[in-house]
Amino acid sequence: MSKGTKDHAQLSDVFNADEARVNWHDETLWFVRAKRDKAAHNLPEWEMLRETASQIKDNVLSNLHDYLLQFESMAQENGIKVHWASNGEEHNQIVHSILKDSGVDRIVKSKSMLTEECHLNDYLQHNGIEVIDTDLGERIVQLANEPPSHIVLPCIHKKKEEIGDLFHEHLGTPEGMADPVFLTAAAREHLREKFITRKAAITGVNFAVAETGEFVVCTNEGNADMGAHLADVHIACMGIEKLVPQRKHLSVFLRLLARSATGQPITTYSSHFKRPRKGQTMHIILVDNGRTTQLGRPDFRNSLKCIRCGACMNTCPVYRRSGGHSYHTAIAGPIGSILAPNLDMKEYADLPFASTLCGSCTNVCPVKINIHEQLYKWRQVIVKEGYADPKKAMAMKAMEFTLSKPAVYKTAGKAGRWVLKHIPFAVNNKLNLWYNHREMPAVPKQSFGEWYKENVKHD
Amino acid sequence: MTSRDAILAKVKNNQPATRPLPADLSTLNTDFDKIDAFTNILTTIGGAVIRVANFDEIKDYLLKENQDKKRIISTLPELQEITELNWQHNDPHSYENVDLAIIKAHFGVAENAALWITEDLMEQRVVPFICQQLAVVVNKADILPTMHDAYSRIGNAEYGFGVFIAGPSKTADIEQSLVLGAHGPKGMTVFILG
Repeated sequence: MSKGTKDHAQLSDVFNADEARVNWHDETLWFVRAKRDKAAHNLPEWEMLRETASQIKDNVLSNLHDYLLQFESMAQENGIKVHWASNGEEHNQIVHSILKDSGVDRIVKSKSMLTEECHLNDYLQHNGIEVIDTDLGERIVQLANEPPSHIVLPCIHKKKEEIGDLFHEHLGTPEGMADPVFLTAAAREHLREKFITRKAAITGVNFAVAETGEFVVCTNEGNADMGAHLADVHIACMGIEKLVPQRKHLSVFLRLLARSATGQPITTYSSHFKRPRKGQTMHIILVDNGRTTQLGRPDFRNSLKCIRCGACMNTCPVYRRSGGHSYHTAIAGPIGSILAPNLDMKEYADLPFASTLCGSCTNVCPVKINIHEQLYKWRQVIVKEGYADPKKAMAMKAMEFTLSKPAVYKTAGKAGRWVLKHIPFAVNNKLNLWYNHREMPAVPKQSFGEWYKENVKHD
Repeated sequence: MTSRDAILAKVKNNQPATRPLPADLSTLNTDFDKIDAFTNILTTIGGAVIRVANFDEIKDYLLKENQDKKRIISTLPELQEITELNWQHNDPHSYENVDLAIIKAHFGVAENAALWITEDLMEQRVVPFICQQLAVVVNKADILPTMHDAYSRIGNAEYGFGVFIAGPSKTADIEQSLVLGAHGPKGMTVFILG
């Protein structure tokens, strides 16, 4: 997303302008969260699975260097071309040069949050290459010229009537037609033509196996497979943290991923790509883009265990009521708020504050990332580094001064009570956002300290 | 320094001290009727299970249910007389008009109704995705309890491409309304044989 000047709170205001939509968004995501609970409770070993997945990922991060080398050599042995990219720019250049060498200027792409993170579509379009997103939700936001608002449910912020309007304009469906079955059938026809005519396909990667050099892509729609198996060139883009040590470890992650994401027992398709098909060229791009830096931050490296299921978003009371676009980054919600400050602490300084620290994200995370603790830690780092909102920084300084000196604290309490009682307009005004949705309780006559002195007799 | 070397050097420098891999996970609950579980789950996710004793029953069923279908292909020699011959070696795009494909699976998984199918059972990788309807034949004895059993069965098997397929292609991207037939098959029938 473009470098905005608005922060999470201001962007939430935009989303919150339509209360009925916020309520719908909130309830729909909570419904998905409830489906996740049901799927999880069906497995007696669920907690053991989470623990196992977490330990496997810990092992991956601690041996990442060797696993990367092993994966590279196995993939090459399998006939896959392996590329390395330090950042998003280099990743985009590699994709572009592969396409240029193949003489391709129109491609299909299935869902890949990494390519969102690298802003690949913009880059390719500026270089004269047409990109068609083939995941239905992603195609919808692409037609609307918007980024996805959720990593698993890209257009969860859109109502079917808006999608009907978009399809009427771009795909020629009848005006006012908003039936999901009809619209999906129209998209199927529209995208089939793209699959049949495009010569190159980009996919993401859910898991890559160091032991065998294969990679796994999970979809419900089958769009990754339609693209990859029809194209002459398949480019798979992955972050370096996507590795698992051995093939058998996929069992743990495939049991967790879809159950955590949508409550399904597994995605419709879990495709294992090991070698290009005859006559096809297959590329893998291994991307760093800040991941090695995050690996070096002991408090935050755990975030690299993420398998992008979206469970933390569906459960988050802030995400559900502020919408994905309010996070102004490719990966929204709680996990996005601990990943983004690593990429740009200043630009995303607001995100770790977009949380109540309730801990629900941590409780549902299938790989046991301590998300809410990291949000809390990022706040400290951001204030210390001087990136906090100046108003917030000043308020915190004043608070520190008051709370660290008992005499000041007592006087401040007394003054506060007097102000609230006699001149409430001094604090209850437009400048104080706290009063936007709140009333203060009645002011007590005395503080607890004063009451205690009066009422408790000491011997 | 190339990006490769720079990334590897930084990873080596920043990765934490070695953490061990966990012990293999055993499944707590395998005491359930695997065929029942498979059937229930496949039905819930939009597929259908047909129990058959032999290939003649499969043929009878297919002939009865698919009279409207023009192009039917199969990788199973047992079904040759009711399916197109010599379709295997064409350009993958040429299967765009396949109405029904019938293929074999190595095994199915009871906990999620997924079927493991590798390239050698598809002839062409695109077949199970591009057809309008997919039918898969699996032996009753090859329904395994969980994904752990699935990967121990796969072991170090060699394949260029392999896929777990669970039900028809689907999407819920429009207001979370479930629609079958996003890009791939609109329906999936599994014949449990034996």
